[in-house]
Amino acid sequence: MPSRREMLSRSAQVATLLAAAGLFPQLAKAQAATGLNADAFAAKNMAELMKALGSAAPTESKEIAVTGPDIAENGAVVPIGASTALPGVKRLLILVEKNPSLLAAMFNITDAIDANISTRVKMGQSSNVVAVAMMNDGKVLFAQKEVKVTLGGCGG
Amino acid sequence: MSDPMRIRAQVAGDKATVRVLMAHEMESGQRKDAAGKTIPAWHIQDVTAQHNGKTVMTAQWGPAVSKNPFLQFNVKGAKAGDKITVSWVDNKGDKRSDEAVVS
Repeated sequence: MPSRREMLSRSAQVATLLAAAGLFPQLAKAQAATGLNADAFAAKNMAELMKALGSAAPTESKEIAVTGPDIAENGAVVPIGASTALPGVKRLLILVEKNPSLLAAMFNITDAIDANISTRVKMGQSSNVVAVAMMNDGKVLFAQKEVKVTLGGCGG
Repeated sequence: MSDPMRIRAQVAGDKATVRVLMAHEMESGQRKDAAGKTIPAWHIQDVTAQHNGKTVMTAQWGPAVSKNPFLQFNVKGAKAGDKITVSWVDNKGDKRSDEAVVS
């Protein structure tokens, strides 16, 4: 497990490499993106994740829907959908509670698309799958669903 | 350069359903090889979707997204003949961009 200091110096190295590769105009953006990624994707629980994303603690809401199978035979491919009919969604997150890293995917939503995303994720073991919607007004809502996995898809 | 993505965009009412199938290993960084060494993570990190050149969605993925990732979303107001472009960048800096026409 690398310490925070090591992680930071490593990302500085990557930034230098990017600059050397002639990607300087995008450097600021790339740095911001990797910074967000590293922290958010390293989060092990909801509190750490929300801190990394700089948002409030989430509240459960019936307006958010998470779709997925009750029982997934293959943990390597579990179809999961996150959706809401509420307007003003900024981000949709898909979290798998018992995975080594809580955050599976993060989608930045614009007005041009519906807040309705489906994808497939890996699950190490049976656990809750959580869909989190971060709204433009700062509210954070979530819904969860338990998915049982017969064959894990992370280790092996 | 990796294999092309398969993108299908179909009009459904006043929006278009876009389905994307990307070809990527999505190595989780948790698995070990025969010698017991951890296989380093190799996964798609950033995904961008554009509708007629305008970015409609971006995503950041961790290694928990499945191998050969599938992604589905709805683009509002997309009509037949519109162009949908999807591109991704993985954590090794490899990238790929493909486009499809809404039908």
